[in-house]
Amino acid sequence: MAVEAPPRPEAPAPGRGGLRHRLAERGVDRVLLLLLPAVLIIGLLFLYPMIYGVGLSLQPKNGGGPLGNYADFFTDSYQRGTVWKTLKLALPAALINVGASVPIAYRLRGRFRGRRVLTALLVLPVTLGTVLVADGLLRYLGPKGWFNRILLDLHIVDEPVRLIYNYWGVLFSLLITGFPFAFLLVLSYMSGIDPTLERAAATLGAGPWQRMRRVVLPLLAPGLATTFVLAFVLAFSVFPSANLVGEPAGETRVMAIAAYQAAFEKYDYSMASTIAVLMGVFELLVISVTLLLRGRLYTGPAMGGKGS
Amino acid sequence: MTVETAVEKGTQAAFGRLRLDGVTRRFGKQTALSGFDLRIEGGEFIALLGPSGCGKSTALNCLAGLLPLSDGAIWLDEERIDTLPPEKRGFGMVFQNYALFPHLSVRKNVAFGLSVRRVGKAETARRVDEALRTVELTEHADKLPGQLSGGQQQRVAIARAIVLRPKLVLMDEPLSNLDAKLRVQMRTEIRRIHQTLGLTTVYVTHDQEEALALADRVVVLRSGKVEQIGTPEEVYTYPASTYIAGFMGYRNLLELPVLSVDDGRVTLGETGGLTLTGIGQEPITGGRAVAAVRPEDFRVAGAGEAENRMTLRVEVSEFHGREVAAEGVTDDGRVVHFKSPERIAPGERVALTVQPERVLVFRESVREAARALDGEDLGGQNLGGQGLSGRAFDGPAGTGAPDGG
Repeated sequence: MAVEAPPRPEAPAPGRGGLRHRLAERGVDRVLLLLLPAVLIIGLLFLYPMIYGVGLSLQPKNGGGPLGNYADFFTDSYQRGTVWKTLKLALPAALINVGASVPIAYRLRGRFRGRRVLTALLVLPVTLGTVLVADGLLRYLGPKGWFNRILLDLHIVDEPVRLIYNYWGVLFSLLITGFPFAFLLVLSYMSGIDPTLERAAATLGAGPWQRMRRVVLPLLAPGLATTFVLAFVLAFSVFPSANLVGEPAGETRVMAIAAYQAAFEKYDYSMASTIAVLMGVFELLVISVTLLLRGRLYTGPAMGGKGS
Repeated sequence: MTVETAVEKGTQAAFGRLRLDGVTRRFGKQTALSGFDLRIEGGEFIALLGPSGCGKSTALNCLAGLLPLSDGAIWLDEERIDTLPPEKRGFGMVFQNYALFPHLSVRKNVAFGLSVRRVGKAETARRVDEALRTVELTEHADKLPGQLSGGQQQRVAIARAIVLRPKLVLMDEPLSNLDAKLRVQMRTEIRRIHQTLGLTTVYVTHDQEEALALADRVVVLRSGKVEQIGTPEEVYTYPASTYIAGFMGYRNLLELPVLSVDDGRVTLGETGGLTLTGIGQEPITGGRAVAAVRPEDFRVAGAGEAENRMTLRVEVSEFHGREVAAEGVTDDGRVVHFKSPERIAPGERVALTVQPERVLVFRESVREAARALDGEDLGGQNLGGQGLSGRAFDGPAGTGAPDGG
């Protein structure tokens, strides 16, 4: 353009603007350089210890080559069993938390009186520490707790049901502390679904169950997958409740406990690192499978069209 | 599935008469719709017309079953249907935002109702193809709704509703999200589909032009009550109130004291100012009244014509192709809109006249009617002429001239 336009005052100086432009064309945004200090700190605080841990896990105390610890872990059935024990807790806990959130969030998504109070009540357990929850469970579900006393008084059982110091105690604890997270996430995904879609489905002859199955669930599914991943990771690293309301020497000897014992009872930091690395590997495995399945779902917007 | 096979057969309407008896819907203390009575004959195209908040969408949702009634009943021939959930009514509905299922292809969207009803595969394919052909979307059948333009999405929504051959098609401002040109195209399309498929349609709109163009009968609603029911001609020519006149193209609403009443002919005016004689549309005895005149009914007065003569100074003139739309001011400061086949320059003085038969006189004040239209006070200065037009209802009706917008 040969038109002589007066230079605009807010226009950047030609040299600087030109460089920025050329960098932008290559996908480089110089402002991103401001992230550098943060990246460095994360590198120091997170990446370095992690790499150090992986390195440590490759230097076994008892010798046997760099992969010696890994071999030991999988040949020792007491150690190997922790993987299954952890998955057996984390997978059901995550599934139940996500599954239970769906109908509740579905009911709570609209506007009605008392919605806030109800939501707050459901989210309240987030504020309770694991220890507090464990303490409550011990009292409530214990042989002399309310739960068993009611069952006994109603003559439903003859002797107290054992629900603590075993698998069930830990599962309950994971459900109580994990549910609020899953619920909040599912609720926000649920609110993103245009309510007129369900009305449209109704006018097309779909009853409540059909609307749920054909409209709500397919649109919610990607969100459920994401929620499941987060709930699973949360449950997989279970440690305090496995100790407090579980049976840390047997049924609920999860991977975190195995790592703890290796580090602070046997002072074998190398083995502890190995177990920690393996925890990460198994979590990544479950996450990848879930996200792979999620990728096959419709993940676009959950709105019905233009406007509104 | 006896209903479907009966409906399937042909272009005969699926029922004789739909009856709304005193349908009322309250939201808390607010009454959105009160005592709505309407008879809809099979095969009719009914438009519910009014500004936002007049209760037209409430009425439609009550019909669809998406809102329970607070009072009243809905009868389909001899069957009471207002207690049925929407999925049991067999009505098709087209939503303002289309409400297409974003995770399903166009084909699956259209097939949704059939698959819910467990119609066979071959039958489904045949009917979906037919519906897609009707709305000319065959080549887009495998796309997702998000890949379509607004007009195409709208057509999918229509196909999805009509593929079930519903007893009644409900449309909630289906064209309001389209641009002007597409809107006119789709309007014709909707009317064509209604006729060829022999549907019965209830169409909600705030656009009087749409209502007049499409409907066999127009129901004008105001604050939850029926203000007028009539054919488009009746509503257009004989609006029942200042409120309706205001959006039926009577852009000039002149509020004046009543001078004399002579067997239906009412003369309004101020001594030394404007005088107008017109036909009383409701009994008028005295006080003040409103004279409603369409801009196109004014013509330039000849030298000897004294009746309904007024002199204006032209303020604004807009070129509209075949004619000029102009705004003038009388000597006593009233704004008058008129049209002229010849070019008029601002500042010119013109003498206009209008036949008394073309002046409708109403009792209700402009201010009251305007309040019903948009719930806000217009303020005194507008009472002279601008009145209702250019607000919720834009421009004169039905003429197709690029006016008022």
